Amino acid sequence: MTGDIIIISAGSMGIIGAALSLFLAYADKKFKVEEDPRIEDVLQIIPNTNCGGCGLAGCRMFAESVLVGKVSITGCVAGGQSVADALASYLGVETQTANKLYAVVLCRGGEKEAVKSSIYKGEKTCVAANFTGGEKACTYGCFGYDDCVKACKFDAMAMNDNGLPVVFYDTCVGCGACARACPRFIIEMHDVSHKLFNYCRNKDKGAVARKVCKVSCIACSLCVKDCPVEGGIEIIDNLAVVNYDKCPQDTDAPIKRCPTKCILYDEEEKITKEFYYSTLKKTAA
Amino acid sequence: MTLKTFKHGIHPDYHKELTAGKKTERAQLPKKVVIPLQQHIGAPCQPLVKKGDTVTEGQKIGDAAAFVTSPVHSTINGKVKEIEKHPHPVGGKIMSVIIEGDGSVKEWGNGSIGLDADTLTSETIKNAIKEAGIVGMGGAAFPTVVKLSPPKDKKIDSVILNGCECEPYLTSDHRLMIEEPEKILWGMKAIMKALGVSSGYIGIEENKPDAIDALEKAKKSIIPDLKIVPLETKYPQGAEKMLIKAILKRRVPVGKLPMDVGVVVHNIGTAKAVYDAVKYQKPLLERVVTISGNGINEPKNLMVRIGTSFDEVINQCGGMKKGLEKLVIMGGPMMGIAQTNLDVPVIKGTSGITVLAGDAIRPAEYQPCIRCGGCVETCPVNLMPYRLTDYARFNEPDRFKAWGGISCIECGCCSFSCPSNRPLVQWLRVGKLRVREAEKAGSR
Repeated sequence: MTGDIIIISAGSMGIIGAALSLFLAYADKKFKVEEDPRIEDVLQIIPNTNCGGCGLAGCRMFAESVLVGKVSITGCVAGGQSVADALASYLGVETQTANKLYAVVLCRGGEKEAVKSSIYKGEKTCVAANFTGGEKACTYGCFGYDDCVKACKFDAMAMNDNGLPVVFYDTCVGCGACARACPRFIIEMHDVSHKLFNYCRNKDKGAVARKVCKVSCIACSLCVKDCPVEGGIEIIDNLAVVNYDKCPQDTDAPIKRCPTKCILYDEEEKITKEFYYSTLKKTAA
Repeated sequence: MTLKTFKHGIHPDYHKELTAGKKTERAQLPKKVVIPLQQHIGAPCQPLVKKGDTVTEGQKIGDAAAFVTSPVHSTINGKVKEIEKHPHPVGGKIMSVIIEGDGSVKEWGNGSIGLDADTLTSETIKNAIKEAGIVGMGGAAFPTVVKLSPPKDKKIDSVILNGCECEPYLTSDHRLMIEEPEKILWGMKAIMKALGVSSGYIGIEENKPDAIDALEKAKKSIIPDLKIVPLETKYPQGAEKMLIKAILKRRVPVGKLPMDVGVVVHNIGTAKAVYDAVKYQKPLLERVVTISGNGINEPKNLMVRIGTSFDEVINQCGGMKKGLEKLVIMGGPMMGIAQTNLDVPVIKGTSGITVLAGDAIRPAEYQPCIRCGGCVETCPVNLMPYRLTDYARFNEPDRFKAWGGISCIECGCCSFSCPSNRPLVQWLRVGKLRVREAEKAGSR
């Protein structure tokens, strides 16, 4: 008796399964959607991390768009020059020079420099802290939580012991996810040729800015005078703004007389991933 | 008799006894006021004065051309010292006119209370309100004249005055109802006239029997058929949608305004300001502010001129208690905004300044969600906060929206009821922000 039940149930399930699989096999052939086979190939070439740096909804959409010529082969910022070259050879077009971007954190007011005005007991994320203003007296600077580090999909950011995010120059692909995550817009995407940065976003008058942070821009305009090209640096909203079209990036002349050392030259390239973790090991030992 | 109310909600400790019995005192004339050019919901004002100009009390110093906006006025006689960005109690820095006073005050006329209601037309009332820069004084500061000018296709049949004041610690509306019931009722009459509506209600929580008595006594000669509705003492009874549900049993659909169900709700303080504007053409220059909380030495109700700094107001109440960790909030502890700087001015929507100290402040640590459903049981708009907060934290705006997160009124019942101490409202606010960001990005 029990043997029969096993045979009957196994047999009937087998027949149903076979019938359904035949139907599925037929449906697969009959209702097949024709797709450009090159999409899969392009997805193999590009990093396929869905970082969003190209501005499209995911890598697949980038692949579709690049095949019909809607976006340039240099559009994949995460891939950079090597992917642009590979795409050019795959598509049989002439290669173009990709502009490599990298993220720059324009605030140096960490635990040691910035003055704290209150105690924040809420959720420790920047976007939540932005509702009340966080702990620091400066209303323009970095909160010191890690929304940007969490947003980075390439492991190119970390929080340093001063409570500020650092970008690893060699690892950053320039997708801009951290810049989008920052509720105070401190992180900006820059071309690798940019070397002179004003690491402060405080738009208050000098006297007010100076009280809240040791490294704030007080709009003294010494850097404006020291810039070899007129109009290379301008004061806009109590803040020295570097005009990258005009200001030469091969000299550190403007930074020399800065009283608060907020404008710095050639800082970013020093921090590579290896360098950053080697300094950590030293302090731990 | 069972009292009218809404479903869900919470019963926090009200602590109203600290100030409920204290007569409203007039605050000292400030030497300097800071008038932010945006104290309302809508378009920010452009300054009408320059640095160095002499201004008088009640002079309009900022206005905008938009429909949803509200002008601002100088609240003292004096000179414009500066027009610059100044810290704002709602957060960030806003362009503000800083005026140094000369110590003199203007008389706005006294005489008998009452309006000649027959000669007033809807237009003159609305104009007076617009010119006076009156905004909703319950806290949100929505321009009153916009609420009084509904689109033609929306029929308004009832006006509700909100005298619930369900927020713990605050007693500014309560005192106003006891001290100046006639002015409130005349203001209500003007509002009803402006809208052409005959049925009016005042909703008051039953923990303020003296206010109910005062208004019942005063209404006989002013608006005899006005209904004063005692409501159950429950938070958030004073939220617009909850109040409409309790009094008229009407439900405001998600994403719609009370106007869409034929109701307009105004605050008690707004009605009084409307009376002053219509009777004396007096702009909104001062308001009752409750300064309370266990961190204040002498809790008080003060009539404060708009633009006075929080520091100055707190000093007139004996200052803050020393030695303890303190939390200064504009408004009450449930929906108020925590302050990081005491240099901020009192604005039109400042119903109170609450200073909590020591044990009254909620600790920062929170535990995992235990799925008790406490937040679901208390949410007055029937949301599932425990679930929505996860969508907010892990940045899923589509799901947040699909589960109704945008109808959250940020009342704070969920955080209050959470046994794991989770900061649920803060996450819900993040979620709403993310939905707005996603919508902006989608429309681009």
